[in-house]
Amino acid sequence: MAIPTTHFVILAALLFAVGAAGVLLRRSGISILLGIEIMLNAANLALVAFGRQHGQLDAQVFVFFVMAVAAAEVVVGLALLVAVFRRLRSIDVDRLNALRW
Amino acid sequence: MVTLVFYLAAAVAVGSALVAVSHRSPVVNVLSLVVTFFCVAVNYALLGASFLAAAQILVYAGAILVLFLFVVMLLNAPELPQAIDPRPIQRWLGAAAAAATALAGILLVVAWRVTPPVAGPGGDAAALGRLLVGPYLFAFELIAVLLLAALVGAYVLVKRKH
Repeated sequence: MAIPTTHFVILAALLFAVGAAGVLLRRSGISILLGIEIMLNAANLALVAFGRQHGQLDAQVFVFFVMAVAAAEVVVGLALLVAVFRRLRSIDVDRLNALRW
Repeated sequence: MVTLVFYLAAAVAVGSALVAVSHRSPVVNVLSLVVTFFCVAVNYALLGASFLAAAQILVYAGAILVLFLFVVMLLNAPELPQAIDPRPIQRWLGAAAAAATALAGILLVVAWRVTPPVAGPGGDAAALGRLLVGPYLFAFELIAVLLLAALVGAYVLVKRKH
């Protein structure tokens, strides 16, 4: 018996909320990037579920592209974090309060 | 049986995601995120997207989280005294916004008129590959440029000035 699409979408909503809570509540830069990854995964899961609902493969192609963009995003994000840590000796995003230094 | 696997994977995914965003130690955060990504891969497999299930494990659990782990251990940053934002208004607004997101999503889905899924092509690598190098060829090539740009950007950002 196949699992209804709604179950997958509810799981995606829960995962997205957990990721959003991580981004909004945590102070460490690494945790914020982790929260973004969880939210991207939740969106991917919802896309695949909707794609199956409509019997189309295009959603899976989009998920493939989202994965590639997420990889690029995480590379640049972590490089920024390393550069920030070298300056401030901290990854607390509250200390990033100047546009230049 | 399939239903049991789904509920197990869903419970483990949400539980380990909660650990990933709430635990103090960054290493524990990253390692429990591996569990979350494996459970999402199980969900892809249940949805018939077998190629994406493999790509999820290769790309996320294999590459992205290893990168996270490298950076966590490279920085070896001291743990912040308060992992969660200490200011009360920001904390409650953040928690309320996250809860509202979950609630809105679930309510929207519950209000949705459910029809059985339309039968379509499966998610095997051959069918997906024909789409990728067919109608989506231009985007597929652009992804290569994007990854190269990210590579060069990361190098420039972490390069030490001599």
